[in-house]
Amino acid sequence: MKSITKQKSFDEIKEQLEGLDKVYVIGCGTCATMTKTGGIEEVQCMKDRLQELGKIVTGSTVIPTACDEMTEVALKENNGAINSSSCILVMSCALGVHKVSCYIDKPVIPALDTLFIGLEDEPGNFHEVCAQCGHCVLGQTAGICPLTACHKGLLNGPCGGTNKGKCEVDITKDCAWTLIYQRLEAQGRLDMMRKYQPPKNFQATPRPRTIKIA
Amino acid sequence: MATRFKEALNSGKFVITSEIGPPKGTNIEKMHHHIDLLKDRVVAMNVTDHQSSVMRFPSIGGCLAIKERGGEPILQMTCRDRNRLALQAELLFAYTRGVRNVLCLTGDAVPVGDHKEAKGVFDLDSLQLLRTIRLLESGKDLGGNDLDGAVEFCAGAIVTPEANPIEPQLLKFEKKIEVGAEFFQTQAIYDLDNFAKFMKFARQFSVKILAGIVLLTSARMAKYMTENVPGIFVPQNLIDELAAAPKGEALNKGIEIAGRMIAALKKDSVCDGVHVMAIGREELVPDILAAAGF
Ligand code: SF4
Ligand code: SF4
Repeated sequence: MKSITKQKSFDEIKEQLEGLDKVYVIGCGTCATMTKTGGIEEVQCMKDRLQELGKIVTGSTVIPTACDEMTEVALKENNGAINSSSCILVMSCALGVHKVSCYIDKPVIPALDTLFIGLEDEPGNFHEVCAQCGHCVLGQTAGICPLTACHKGLLNGPCGGTNKGKCEVDITKDCAWTLIYQRLEAQGRLDMMRKYQPPKNFQATPRPRTIKIA
Repeated sequence: MATRFKEALNSGKFVITSEIGPPKGTNIEKMHHHIDLLKDRVVAMNVTDHQSSVMRFPSIGGCLAIKERGGEPILQMTCRDRNRLALQAELLFAYTRGVRNVLCLTGDAVPVGDHKEAKGVFDLDSLQLLRTIRLLESGKDLGGNDLDGAVEFCAGAIVTPEANPIEPQLLKFEKKIEVGAEFFQTQAIYDLDNFAKFMKFARQFSVKILAGIVLLTSARMAKYMTENVPGIFVPQNLIDELAAAPKGEALNKGIEIAGRMIAALKKDSVCDGVHVMAIGREELVPDILAAAGF
């Protein structure tokens, strides 16, 4: 599982930091490093830009995995620099931002936008594969998720907007239902697509979701 | 009770429907004018539902205007803007106001329209909406609850005979019939040979097919449609014919082409009728029909 992130515009970061002059910066050694949004280099670059802006950077760290238990330990180790700051700027996915917020009473500001949970299909190219709907239909769709890969999340086949196998909203993107059709046909399982799919249960697990594992 | 439109479909006569585009705003004069112009020339009029995801006066409002003025409406309903509660509620309302024909559509994607940041709903798809209509007719709603008063509709859908690839569309076409589509209005067709091929397939089923006729207003527009509008293919000879029209005559040529196509479809009984779409130039529909010999 990889959290795919994108850095917010510097203007937005600046706006969020208004009135907060001492900044402690946290990066993440896992997903955000891989997507080049919150690794060692990006954290350094962010520090430079903040200083140019006239902010005081009280310190920084790149936590191995910002979303796991080690975050608490790392924050304790850097207690001094964190205490003297007026806010924490977190360059990890939203999960890391949440985790940091659990342990710190100061404003915690995200520097990244969390886009999706995705796979890397070729180096540097990430795409969303699952919208975590709570009731998986991949068995009927030859392993391609129509909720995620089809712009309209359709369950019963392509819309009329598909054109030359591409999607109505983005001609560089394959139409999910053309792909599903082709794969089912190759598997000799077109009957799967002939079956009427009833309306989806969008409350399979009502939000916010929680689960207790015994 | 069968609707006027359904009776016409079952009469075996060549059925002509057309389309009304509601205004963007509260000035409904032009829409009224179009309705008055067409209500006796065509069997029924579709009212588009935020066509191309552009916010407009609602299709149900247009349908009521058609009823008030003595015409027969076909309510277009897309799944883009309403969840299953809102869709069902609107069907109940439409029924109580005498609207009896519904065309079920998935709807264009939000980003192609004029409210690009809106949340697309797509809680149901066009098939599920068709099935929902049949369920409401049985006196139940989608939640399995009893209705105090059911509905009865002549329900249809669309099909894109020029889609590429065509196979998934045909499969969906069959599914739409299985869940209760009684009629189809097709996306614009221009290649009659290709359409005849589609009709050969479609004739296996006992549904009525109205071929979509979209008025071409110039060679440029024809080319644009071919290149940019999904599922529309204008053959080169028609583009050439429009381009060869004398200056200022392209529109008349387009009317002539549309009329010619309608006449050909009728003469050979290729399909059960046509659905004429003039896209904002509804006042030209009578000219198109005249060119077709009606
Ligand atoms: S159907 Fe799609 S969104 Fe739902 S769990 Fe499966 S892959 Fe994820
Ligand atoms: S073109 Fe294909 S992927 Fe795009 S919205 Fe339509 S069915 Fe979905």
